[in-house]
Amino acid sequence: MASNTEFEKYKSDGSLQGNLLEWVDARFPATSMWRGHLSEYYAPKNFNFWYFFGSLAMLVLVIQIVTGIFLVMHYKPDASLNANGIPVAFASVEYIMRDVNWGWLIRYMHSTGASAFFVVVYLHMFRGMLYGSYRQPRELIWIFGTLIFLCLMAEAFMGYLLPWGQMSFWGAQVIVNLFSAIPLIGEPLSIWIRGDFVVGDATLNRFFSFHVIAVPLVLLGLVAAHILALHEVGSNNPDGVEIKKRKDVHGHPLDGIPFHPYYTVKDIVGVVVFLMVFSIIVFFAPEGGGYFLEYNNFLPADPLKTPLHIAPVWYFTPYYSLLRAMVWPLFGIDAKFWGVVAMGAGVVILAFLPWLDRSPVKSIRYRGPIFKTLLTIFVISFVILGFLGTQPPSYAFFGVIPSAPVAQVLSAYYFLYFLTMPWWSKIDKYKPEPDRVTM
Amino acid sequence: MSNECKVDGGRRRLVVATAAIGGVGALAAVVPFLSSMLPSERAKAAGAPVEVDLASLEPGQMMTVEWRGKPVWIINRSAPMLETLPKLNDSMADPKSEKPMQPAYCKNETRSIKPEIMVAVGICTHLGCSPSAKFKKGTEDGMDAAWLGGFLCPCHGSTFDFAGRVFKNKPAPDNLEVPPHMYLSEKRILIGEDKKGA
Repeated sequence: MASNTEFEKYKSDGSLQGNLLEWVDARFPATSMWRGHLSEYYAPKNFNFWYFFGSLAMLVLVIQIVTGIFLVMHYKPDASLNANGIPVAFASVEYIMRDVNWGWLIRYMHSTGASAFFVVVYLHMFRGMLYGSYRQPRELIWIFGTLIFLCLMAEAFMGYLLPWGQMSFWGAQVIVNLFSAIPLIGEPLSIWIRGDFVVGDATLNRFFSFHVIAVPLVLLGLVAAHILALHEVGSNNPDGVEIKKRKDVHGHPLDGIPFHPYYTVKDIVGVVVFLMVFSIIVFFAPEGGGYFLEYNNFLPADPLKTPLHIAPVWYFTPYYSLLRAMVWPLFGIDAKFWGVVAMGAGVVILAFLPWLDRSPVKSIRYRGPIFKTLLTIFVISFVILGFLGTQPPSYAFFGVIPSAPVAQVLSAYYFLYFLTMPWWSKIDKYKPEPDRVTM
Repeated sequence: MSNECKVDGGRRRLVVATAAIGGVGALAAVVPFLSSMLPSERAKAAGAPVEVDLASLEPGQMMTVEWRGKPVWIINRSAPMLETLPKLNDSMADPKSEKPMQPAYCKNETRSIKPEIMVAVGICTHLGCSPSAKFKKGTEDGMDAAWLGGFLCPCHGSTFDFAGRVFKNKPAPDNLEVPPHMYLSEKRILIGEDKKGA
């Protein structure tokens, strides 16, 4: 802060020098924040397509918060049955869809937004893997990002219970029961999470509370931390070279351009394209073929009858496959416990990426064939795991190749990709990085 | 005034002690909040026993009633159904019901008080889905040719026989739970209570 100018802010009669902005700046760092984070935040000039998804994730976060605020005005987290024998929560969602002005639009924006959030976040994370954005000095940005991903999963899972449909109910039943697999504390823990001996009204109300208040607050805090950490060290770029190494006479990076107006304008192009796709889905395919809104969820929750096939929403299915792949009890503990461990470890292992990667260069542009091959297999296997997670365990490819062993092999690959990375990332060939970014 | 920063040991200890006591207080303040998430007194008091009339339950049929929010199955097992039980002993994870998944009075070959009437909580011991009835032998209900009838959990494929015993090498670790229950008369049953010790 420019504290040496403190006395110059006032005229001799004690009134303020200058305009309203100066008055504010004397009391709040408005201009300095604007400069530090936008007009004088120097971002590499060679950002490409992959750099849209960070700002898009923020856009979707805003969409979710705004639509969420308006949904809460009409939604009722109440599992008791109304006069027609329909759970009140389920009926209130139907009410939003049928009777509230534009309620269908707001609700479809929210449900499509959930899937869109994971689309952009998965692409955003993949960008980091392509260009080594998690590498030193950006480890903390990456760790905050992993925590955001975890929060997002919790947020999506708890939000999915709220419509109180069959999938809501049985999905929550299965996932909460996972915790009961933990030795000793498992059973009391799952009762504590549910607030009852079965998923019921208590569960619905607390999930509502977490979904609407607790998790979004944490999420916003983490997003702020993610961006502050980014702006502290500066953005990576598709070449993976540090632009701060080469500066002009003003101390600005030679390969940097101010975020505003250059990237704000570029990001608006991304926003427009995103909103076009988003609108097409909201207006013409809000159910996403049963992947965004599962058909069984149009039936009210029935605690006495499990749907014949239950599967999580698409964005959880790769991790659900990791969970199902564990079928062997180990060390005298149930297989389901190890399934939970595998699912959790699948997410947590991402946080260790900065230390697992030992490559001398960051970006895929200068990395060798081992990385390119293994990463390609990783992406393909992640997608197959995701597909298998939507299918019943008895699914067979072409009706002949049983899927369970395939899922197990791919799950093993998922972990081996990370665990063996210190070794193969070191022995891989690489090309010398350029001194400055390329366009 | 000297520039040296001498640590005042006594003061430092007081600061640490104050922080520690304050921390204990803060931790204690968490207890009511965490505890508020446990089942309330009302939730604990719910789960009143359910009385069921079995008069209309023909052999080979099953009915589902709700007890403590869970589905409870009552199956009137026909003679052919009961005959399948001993045949399956070798395929079962816990054929003799050694694990305490049933009251003592149901720790027998049929896991029931009366041989034909099976009472079980219809919740898979794996992750809490409710298994579907697959009563027909063989492939008719979409099972394999060796299937003798029982239940299939749609979530992760665990299978159970007509006594709710789980097959070996399935995700579910235990047999289905048999709730406490007792007969009020020949055809009336009370689920959730067994005052007479049955």
